[in-house]
Amino acid sequence: MSITRRTAAEIADALAAGETTSVEITRAHIDRIAQVDGAVHAFLHVDAAGALEQAAASDARRAEGRTLSPLDGVPIAVKDVLATEGLPTTCGSKILEGWVPPYDATVVRRLREAGLPILGKTNMDEFAMGSSTEHSAYGPTHNPWDLDRIPGGSGGGSAAAVAAFEAPLALGTDTGGSIRQPGAVTGTVGHKPTYGGVSRYGLVALANSLDQVGPVTRTVLDSALLHEVIGGHDPLDSTSVDQPLPSLVEAARRGASGDLTGLRVGVITELSGDGWQPGVMARFQESVDLLVKAGAEVVEVSCPTFVHALATYYLILPAEASSNLAKFDAMRYGLRVWPEGRPDASAEEVMRATRDAGFGDEVKRRIILGTYALSSGYYDAYYGQAQKVRTLISRDFDAAFAKADVLVSPTAPTTAFRLGEKLDDPIAMYLNDLATIPANLAGVPGISVPSGLADEDGLPAGFQILAPALADDRCYRVGAALEALLHDQWGGSLLDKAPALEGARP
Amino acid sequence: MPEITRDEVAHLANLARIDLSDAELDQLAPQLSVILESVASISGVAGDDVPPTSHALPLTNVFREDVNTPCLTPEQALAGAPAVDQQRFSVPRILGEEA
Repeated sequence: MSITRRTAAEIADALAAGETTSVEITRAHIDRIAQVDGAVHAFLHVDAAGALEQAAASDARRAEGRTLSPLDGVPIAVKDVLATEGLPTTCGSKILEGWVPPYDATVVRRLREAGLPILGKTNMDEFAMGSSTEHSAYGPTHNPWDLDRIPGGSGGGSAAAVAAFEAPLALGTDTGGSIRQPGAVTGTVGHKPTYGGVSRYGLVALANSLDQVGPVTRTVLDSALLHEVIGGHDPLDSTSVDQPLPSLVEAARRGASGDLTGLRVGVITELSGDGWQPGVMARFQESVDLLVKAGAEVVEVSCPTFVHALATYYLILPAEASSNLAKFDAMRYGLRVWPEGRPDASAEEVMRATRDAGFGDEVKRRIILGTYALSSGYYDAYYGQAQKVRTLISRDFDAAFAKADVLVSPTAPTTAFRLGEKLDDPIAMYLNDLATIPANLAGVPGISVPSGLADEDGLPAGFQILAPALADDRCYRVGAALEALLHDQWGGSLLDKAPALEGARP
Repeated sequence: MPEITRDEVAHLANLARIDLSDAELDQLAPQLSVILESVASISGVAGDDVPPTSHALPLTNVFREDVNTPCLTPEQALAGAPAVDQQRFSVPRILGEEA
């Protein structure tokens, strides 16, 4: 078996046992990228030289008996929305083409301080606006399960990179589901931490009150290991929670024993029904049944305001995004475009021309929508009302968590659709995030774990586990339990059934 | 809720400092109307007594010690600038000819 098929935890064990080196592991992943990324297009930038240098430094440390963390020497891919000193950071946008940040995001600094070689930057919908990675200005990422299908979004690049064994670990960001929905449709694991649980410093903001950085991996334990590296208080992010993380790795290891005796699992009534693919629902129900077999008690819980979550999100997000993206003004960094034949143009005219040339359709759509929702005369009806509904959604969570320790639903209503299928229909695209958005609005954590392949199309479906704020450990415990029970049934990981991709057309 | 007209989109694009082409305006106006129609469902969901939530966490007034901390050098800060002149950001003219 190629070493690229090992989990991060297995690689860490092999490094600790002296069976392999970080250089060997990192080289294997760079070779794998060279072999399959022409077809998958998970990466926007590969830093082979930098990663190998960091790997050699890790090996040298280890030879001296010094390691920086349990993941020292395990390579990782980073979503291109996170600032990386010395490496291009484009956010999938032409307006930042070639921009090299002069500083690291806190999570990137923590990766370096923990000794993880950085393989490169992964593809995404422009400024994280999308659910398919088709809104990347640099072309879409392809789903490793079927190259004609979407890998989810906005973090389709990170999910596809781990699904295609191009990286054992990746960082993603989740504003409305951008870690969890790609996880679901690529048969991988992704966790959105509690809002404030992981630093946002150096994350190019889409919607500040919703964004969170989190782990993208192939197993629940790997996510927990990575979460412990990146999580915890950061004075550079004033919304960072100043409390210690719960022990996530321990929760994942405990969960893997498969015993959930006494756990109360709430099935959310509103996240099922019309529009939910039967094969996705079938795998969901089987997973719930497995949790019951493991000792959990299932209750049905109603969150009546969740039916308004999508509308609430698509008012709050564009409003925050339109303000955030005002910084792309062609003055201090990024693209500068002069209006044609106007060398005497004013700063404002240059700004208008640059923003037209540099932003893609979806970004323009959301900026205009946000500008509308925030304009006087409409503010109360749209943005103000959305903020109130946000309160009601949080109250729904409070009531539900009084009855259950965790809440569960399918992660996304369908399996991966075909590239191009929903590109001209924004509303159809937005519906992908139906089940993931409520967690962002309320700031609670959520994990997506593979639940199996849908009968209709043989494509992966995801199982979402939500927990109260700061109780991320519950997501890892229940996620690891479900994963262990399903692996027993399947006789291995779901990704064992994915196409090999060797020799795939570029 | 009101339908959004082509003129309104042009006005909003002006506020957002984006030069939209005629083709983009033609395409965006009906799309935005559909989106606004689909989000209109939230009107009336929350009564006047419901307080707004701007943030998921009840954090207020986060302070740090008032001490100097390292920051970017001028070279680093200017590294990504479209144009630089004498260690400054060089920008197109701000004022009109007559000013």
